Amino acid sequence: MKLNVEELHKVAHLARLSIHPKDEESYSQALSNILNLVDEMQSIDTAGVKPMAHPMDASQRLRKDEVTETDQREHLQKIAPATEKGLYLVPRVVE
Amino acid sequence: MQWEAVIGLEIHTQLATKTKIFSGSSTTFGAEPNSQASIIDLAMPGTLPVLNKQALEMAIQFGLAVHSEIPAITTFDRKNYFYPDLPKGYQTTQMAAPIVGRGYLDIALENGGTKRIAIHHAHLEEDAGKSLHEDFQGMTGVDLNRAGTPLIEIVTEPEMSSAKEAVAFLKSIHSIITYLGISDGNMAEGSMRCDANVSVRPKGQEKLGNRCEIKNVNSFRFVEKAINYEIQRQIEILEDGGRIAQQTRLYDPDLDETRAMRSKEDANDYRYFPCPDLLPIAVDPAYVQQLKDALPELPEQKRQRFTEQLGLSEYDAGVLSSSRPLAEYFDKVAELSGDAKLAANWVSGELSAQLNRDAIEIDQAAITPEQLAGLLQRVKDDTVSSGAAKQVFAALWAKEGQTADEIIETKGLKQVTDTGAIEALVDEVLAKNTAQVEQYRAAEPDKRGKMVGFFVGQIMKASKGTANPKAVNELLAKKLNG
Amino acid sequence: MLDLSLTQMAQGLAERKFSSVELTQAFLQRIQIINPQLNAFITVTEQEALEAAKAADAQIAAGKATPLTGIPIAHKDLFCTEGIKTSCGSKMLDNFIAPYDASVVAKLKNAGAVSLGKTNLDEFAMGSSNESSFYGSVKNPWDTQAVAGGSSGGSAAAVAARLVPAATGTDTGGSIRQPAAFCGITGLKPTYGRVSRWGMVAYASSMDQAGPMARSAEDCALLLEQMAGFDERDSTSLDHPVPDYLSQLGTSLQGMTLGMPKEYFADDLSPQTAERIQAAIKELEKLGASVKEISLPLTRMAIPAYYVISPAEASSNLSRFDGVRYGYRCENPVDLEDLYKRSRSEAFGEEVKRRILIGTYALSEGFYDAYYNKAQQIRRLIAEDFQTAFQSVDLIVAPTTPNPAFDLGSNSIDPVQMYLGDIYTLGVNLAGLPAISVPVGQINQRPVGMQLIGNHFSEAKLLNAAHQFQQATDHHLQKPQLT
Repeated sequence: MKLNVEELHKVAHLARLSIHPKDEESYSQALSNILNLVDEMQSIDTAGVKPMAHPMDASQRLRKDEVTETDQREHLQKIAPATEKGLYLVPRVVE
Repeated sequence: MQWEAVIGLEIHTQLATKTKIFSGSSTTFGAEPNSQASIIDLAMPGTLPVLNKQALEMAIQFGLAVHSEIPAITTFDRKNYFYPDLPKGYQTTQMAAPIVGRGYLDIALENGGTKRIAIHHAHLEEDAGKSLHEDFQGMTGVDLNRAGTPLIEIVTEPEMSSAKEAVAFLKSIHSIITYLGISDGNMAEGSMRCDANVSVRPKGQEKLGNRCEIKNVNSFRFVEKAINYEIQRQIEILEDGGRIAQQTRLYDPDLDETRAMRSKEDANDYRYFPCPDLLPIAVDPAYVQQLKDALPELPEQKRQRFTEQLGLSEYDAGVLSSSRPLAEYFDKVAELSGDAKLAANWVSGELSAQLNRDAIEIDQAAITPEQLAGLLQRVKDDTVSSGAAKQVFAALWAKEGQTADEIIETKGLKQVTDTGAIEALVDEVLAKNTAQVEQYRAAEPDKRGKMVGFFVGQIMKASKGTANPKAVNELLAKKLNG
Repeated sequence: MLDLSLTQMAQGLAERKFSSVELTQAFLQRIQIINPQLNAFITVTEQEALEAAKAADAQIAAGKATPLTGIPIAHKDLFCTEGIKTSCGSKMLDNFIAPYDASVVAKLKNAGAVSLGKTNLDEFAMGSSNESSFYGSVKNPWDTQAVAGGSSGGSAAAVAARLVPAATGTDTGGSIRQPAAFCGITGLKPTYGRVSRWGMVAYASSMDQAGPMARSAEDCALLLEQMAGFDERDSTSLDHPVPDYLSQLGTSLQGMTLGMPKEYFADDLSPQTAERIQAAIKELEKLGASVKEISLPLTRMAIPAYYVISPAEASSNLSRFDGVRYGYRCENPVDLEDLYKRSRSEAFGEEVKRRILIGTYALSEGFYDAYYNKAQQIRRLIAEDFQTAFQSVDLIVAPTTPNPAFDLGSNSIDPVQMYLGDIYTLGVNLAGLPAISVPVGQINQRPVGMQLIGNHFSEAKLLNAAHQFQQATDHHLQKPQLT
């Protein structure tokens, strides 16, 4: 399977990554190689096999509805790139 | 051409849990920005979700209330997209195996009939934060207090054919979730939000037209207006030979119109996949049965009981079952007073009028059901006349006494049934109004009826409303016609 | 002092032969001298370490020592450490001071261990050579031309070079076992759910698992006992009692059946490595174990399945790095898309970007069934094959890697070449099994590791088998010559 440049950019956009034109070829090649590797799976008949999302056969534990967290805003916003009045700042969002 | 609208709804309802769906942060509305955003809600590297039991339970309760199947296994999936109010870069939601399966709800139509609307499914998910577009040096501010608040998203089949039906459905959902106590249903604060998928097609055509999704409309009235606007907009485009572009639109209540959203226009590919941080949830059927047995009486069942067992009119039953606190108030008054019709008259009459005047809700009423029932008992056993009862009601509301009996006593409002005392009053009034007595006696018998009213009024006034009207009438008739 | 086992260190501390401060200083000094050659540490927390050592000495003096009190360790820089940079080997988190401690970090702290710092790793644990680190590659202490392995290469190199007696690692596809093998140390990847993932920055959540890396199975046992256990903050953590691993190390191998999967000894395996493994298996037989050939027919398929599932999960797990709440943010973003794209593209390295792209692709519309779903189906078949095997054997014995450590830079052109080297470690992660790598000799001064694989929660059995082997042999006592 070969991933062309157009597909590469489409996937990169979904992942919010940008690919510099000079790197297009190397990414496209590397990803195509990986896809060729993973395409080996198609040789295995998996009809009727239930996909296994978790390695252990366990079920979800539930948490009591009790407040356990306290206000840590000051502490947590010390490591934020841009804040004002307790808000995280991002470039203007237009709806 | 005759057009037909096809409407489906997606209703997001915040669940009234104390904490978020995957973290122990408080969900209190209106807190300082980001003061309720913990390391989990902020998606700090290395943090992990644990599901809130209460959220799951509330979703199951909802499912049971709308006659849905509750599956034995339910799972969470990740919906991947980038947005500043979505800290993890994915929303933890349910797609493959939602907690609430197919169900339905009957809505009342204007013509008195009902229509069954199928619910495709409902699922649990986390709410996003809020973007504040006030100007922070040309930037947008992000508050993540709301991020992680539990939601159920209720998805209907496209089976409604007018804005009125859509609103009726929405109101039914609102009444169910507030009855269950799983949400406050406050649309203004965004605890309940509605997206409407609207399309139109020529009447009789099977195939659905292209649809538009109207996002986040925040009141019943706006839902109706937005859908009506959108139906009209689409019909006009089609009649002009145009084509409906499938898109997401926002309703602007100021202009009363919908407009296409500029963002989220990307052809989204959400890349759903099972969330590896959350294991499948085994829903024990015995536990579901337990919840089912513990379900409160729902609006529809209440309405039915009110008409069939208590003999209320459809109208009264509808009004009194519309909200759970009102219905419970009424039920208590009816039970304690032993007279459901009298209770219905007072709760939907005097009490509701007083609540409206004070602009408060039933749970803030200044009179308890016990107090009101106490009063109604005195009405029933003729201790007070209905006129005096209103005075007692007002006095109870003003906290002038603890019980109806106390007020009746201190204000001397007890109905006088002692014929000797009434006779004295009658004699006194007749003696004071000799001219009117003359006129009465001179009048034709068929005119006399009206004239009696004057004397009754005078006597009642003199007794401060306490004289038994029946005794007054009997004595008057005897004396006047003598 | 630097060569003592953890138990010996604890004993020395208890008998006041040396203090924790002296011990800590000795290792810090060695780090100062040797680390520049190896680049095993990203952060050395000298001051915090000395303070913790002082506190440990006071605790020992008060007679309140716990098994790890005063013993120096190091953490892979994938574990959050409150107040200390937690980089994940990435430019993205070069400025990230974690606001909380990972469960593993807190548990070891509570057990009295003294952390010397944070060790180097492949960026976000994605790699098998430690060459994808933003902080540069780690050199193999046995041969600085060779890779240390990855992704826990810093921990492996630091332990092998006696910069620290033991360290934490994480293993998603072999990231504890492979660098342990390459550096000639012992490393255990526990059962999925055995050790809490809280605070361990996620790469592929359904396979990530933390484990101990040390010079012997005995030291691993001591460390695992403190790391393991249920954690209510991790939904995938399992509520299963933690045995006293140390006390179970005296069991004879008599009557134990070991399975040799023929697919692990096929063409991929280099003859010299095969020879070392066969020799080690002979030792195990001498100790009383019987060996039989078994088959794990889908062994090769673990590679494609793993290289779909792990990038798919990673693509989603790494979406949170968006330049908004923490971490790297590009200069003067013009709009939201620019903020996302530049922050992420400037701060993620090549391998991370490749895996995000592959994972995104595998989950995208039209490809989900052929890639992600198919991989999860194969995963089940692989897990079932292991279960079939464990019906007739107690443990599986195999090489950890087909070859010893390769040269730095030799696999940089085609990532697929490196992925193929993970063939023997991936199946274990897909199936959630525990496995241990122990040193069994060297080829041209580059160590070879043997892998023992057990069924779920068989850590005690694995540690015992490895310990019995190490009692009878001295491969684990060999050390690289560094000055």
